[in-house]
Amino acid sequence: MPELHIAGKPLPRPDAPGKTMGYTQYLDDWNLPGMLHARIYYSPKPHALIRRIDLRKALSHPGIHSILTARDIPGKNFIPMMKDDWTFLAEKKAIYPGEPVALIIGNNRESVCRARALIQVEYEDLKPVFDPEESLQTGAPQVNPLGNLIAYHKIRKGNIEKGVSEADVVIEGIYETPYQEHAYLETLGYIAVFHDKEIMRVYGTMQCPFYVQNAVASILGMPQNSIQVIQTPTGGAFGGKEDMPSLFGGLAALAAYKTGKPVKLVLDRRDDILLSSKRHPSRSYYRIGAKKNGALTFCEVKVYLDAGAYATLTPAVLWRCAVHGCGCYRIPHVKVDAYAGATNKIPCGAFRGFGSPQVVFAMERQMDKLAQALGIDPLHLREINCLRKGDETVTGQKLPFSVGLSETISKARSMSKWSKKWRQYPLIKGEKRRGLGCATFLYGVGLGAAGKKLDHAEAHIRIKSDGSVVFSVGTTDMGQGMETVLTQIAAEGLGGIPMEKIRMLPVDTFSVEDSGPTVASRATYTSGTAILSSCEKIITTMKKTASKLLSCKPEEILLEKGCFFRIKSPKAKQIGKNADNKKNAPFLTFEEMASECFSRHIPLSEYGYFDSPPTSWEPETGQGKAYVTYSFATQIAELELDMETGEIELQDIWAVHDIGKAINPQNTEGQIEGGVVQGIGYALMEFISFNEKGMIQNPSFSTYIIPTSKDVPRIHTAIVEVEYPEGPYGAKGFGETPLMGVAGCIANAVVNASGIDISRIPILPEYILQESRKL
Amino acid sequence: MTMTEDVKVKFKLNGRRVEASVKPNRLLVDMIREDFGLTGTKIGCGMGECGACTVLLDGKPAASCLILAVQANGKTIETIEGASPNGRMNSLQEAMVKEGAVQCGFCTPGIIMSATALLRENPHPTEEEIRTAISGNLCRCTGYQKIVKAIKKASKKSE
Repeated sequence: MPELHIAGKPLPRPDAPGKTMGYTQYLDDWNLPGMLHARIYYSPKPHALIRRIDLRKALSHPGIHSILTARDIPGKNFIPMMKDDWTFLAEKKAIYPGEPVALIIGNNRESVCRARALIQVEYEDLKPVFDPEESLQTGAPQVNPLGNLIAYHKIRKGNIEKGVSEADVVIEGIYETPYQEHAYLETLGYIAVFHDKEIMRVYGTMQCPFYVQNAVASILGMPQNSIQVIQTPTGGAFGGKEDMPSLFGGLAALAAYKTGKPVKLVLDRRDDILLSSKRHPSRSYYRIGAKKNGALTFCEVKVYLDAGAYATLTPAVLWRCAVHGCGCYRIPHVKVDAYAGATNKIPCGAFRGFGSPQVVFAMERQMDKLAQALGIDPLHLREINCLRKGDETVTGQKLPFSVGLSETISKARSMSKWSKKWRQYPLIKGEKRRGLGCATFLYGVGLGAAGKKLDHAEAHIRIKSDGSVVFSVGTTDMGQGMETVLTQIAAEGLGGIPMEKIRMLPVDTFSVEDSGPTVASRATYTSGTAILSSCEKIITTMKKTASKLLSCKPEEILLEKGCFFRIKSPKAKQIGKNADNKKNAPFLTFEEMASECFSRHIPLSEYGYFDSPPTSWEPETGQGKAYVTYSFATQIAELELDMETGEIELQDIWAVHDIGKAINPQNTEGQIEGGVVQGIGYALMEFISFNEKGMIQNPSFSTYIIPTSKDVPRIHTAIVEVEYPEGPYGAKGFGETPLMGVAGCIANAVVNASGIDISRIPILPEYILQESRKL
Repeated sequence: MTMTEDVKVKFKLNGRRVEASVKPNRLLVDMIREDFGLTGTKIGCGMGECGACTVLLDGKPAASCLILAVQANGKTIETIEGASPNGRMNSLQEAMVKEGAVQCGFCTPGIIMSATALLRENPHPTEEEIRTAISGNLCRCTGYQKIVKAIKKASKKSE
């Protein structure tokens, strides 16, 4: 690895000043002349036939321009996602409360809001089903038009009976995890403009502009070259802006197409929570076994995810769930069956961790129960079984490099002073208890074998004649800091020019080709690799030109801190006004080179590509190279538990992550701290409650509670860098991992403190009190 | 007076005397954002639950989505745009950037307003006081740790 000057440094984010001064314009911060406003009318029914839609009253409300239903869609009423089941607007049947049926368009927000209440729809109720296991039984009402089994994935490795017979101890458990709402601060919002009735332009808050492009192509029946999707500064996403922008961006485009006017569709918070996808709830059945020395012999998992009414991203979520179901351990015999059943509730989609936090929680509880049964230090049990370089995952994938799991365990052990505390805490009796718990886990980086088709990316870099630089990529910054990290990679790749000289352009489907979605912690290593590839081409051209100007060979040019030095024969003619300042070696600055290339008609404009290293998957056995690589982590929680009230006070969380290479360590810390706090919400407070008709009952921040500044403990982060040779400067993706282990380590700490067997989250005080009575 | 008749309001906005004609049911946040074009004040929930719309009303943090525009009459309103009038970040904003306290940025203006009010009243707050002062401002990205650190750093600077 060469010495790095910009990549690897905790440099400030280029987008931060505008955000702190309030200049940054998010979608709802601007308007267009003559713009109309849109609002969704949705079905309140879990499962019903739509008999009649009466729009007359609503249409006569002042300020209403028009109201669109499925019949007004000129293209296909299908949102392109993983299956052809998901409609923009329900036509004959509505299959979950919150399903869009009509789009109200008017002069202002107040009118469309009032007119919504005037729409009258006659429904004929059908029998609903709300539990995914029930929905998969014969005789259950058919929810999804393509069948209630949205997806099924399995893994078969070794021989499970043999694994059971070899085990000295077998541990069983049933675990449940809840819905989780993304609660990004900026709600979903889109503006569509049908420019000259030629180009449909859609602006908005989103993770995946190319998904939106495809959705607009579908609803309007237009070719991709007539659809320009531009991402606006995005106020948080966490997976919640992967699938949903296709629906709402598509509807905004429909409205602009039909009215011929710019249309803004912004969801208020209530609608945003009611109408947008969530994390899949899960129920899982576990059985694991080990020998007396702690070595795991088998792991058997059956897991059910509640998909909600439509598939959206569920097949991919379930696949990741299956692959991550047995944790980060060496296990010879494995059997995993993962099912996703359709229910008459809000569709579930992507949420940080994407199907893995559910099973990481379950597996990490299993590991602690096993440690207890064996009388082994739970962290040591993980050390015994953790994957190391050269080991094989449960899908039979050999790990040839970048496996820093054991390093994360030992670092977390010493940072938290684990060894001293975990044995002492259970001895504390009385009202106030203290506990320490751990979780170790892996995360498959990128889309993996299941998302192969989409796993490429493009970058385009142009050097302006004054030496300033612009670049375009097809992945997005939603707050996580991709712009910063990619700018650092570009600055480093262009020979160490200052970051300030480089600007990332807004992500626009017209400027680079489909680079896949910005999900799966893939932006840094996919777009980063594409950027380095374009940098290399540009540098080659610049060095060649520099060698001509400095009368030497291209290989005699050294690029350092943005200057092209002629390293041999220092007495040659000097070009460049700064040359005198350097010791002898003649050189040209980056700016001089940019200007020289421009006037010599040498283009400094290059595309770079990322093409995913190969992955493979055998669906019948669940064996193969599931992901290009994995990131690893150990998290430890320390807490105080009041046995009288059931209240938990978190004290400390230690989070140690192997991410290959931190391109910006400060950003990395920020990702860890934020992910941990989202995990605290998942572990301790967040849940969605439904009424008997499947309607969400808590669509606000006073009823859906997320952590505030007063709810979070001290968070101690540490970064382990075991280089990933195929990533930019050794980096691998990791943005999702900080959330993944938190529920597990907190649950284990509660057990350590109280002896209560935690098998579901969120761990609310009432749950503690109810369980403590059983002790 | 009917609900449709406009009402005149006069107030001080970021140090300047301004006036506007508003409907009696118009919200302060809508007046600030739409009539005065100051879109740094965000709407995250519209129900006073997230703090993204925090402005200072006579120096005190207030959720501008819960206040009627007419209530601003005769008062002093400060928004995020007033925190850096000449386009240069103040020391709190600089600390936010430097400490990596900004991610998606949607909660940032509201947090800066809450912290500004705190630091004026209590130039050397404890960590607990900082956490209490911003406890009405939800942030889903950062985990708050770097925000607290930035506010602490800005308070030390003012020593």
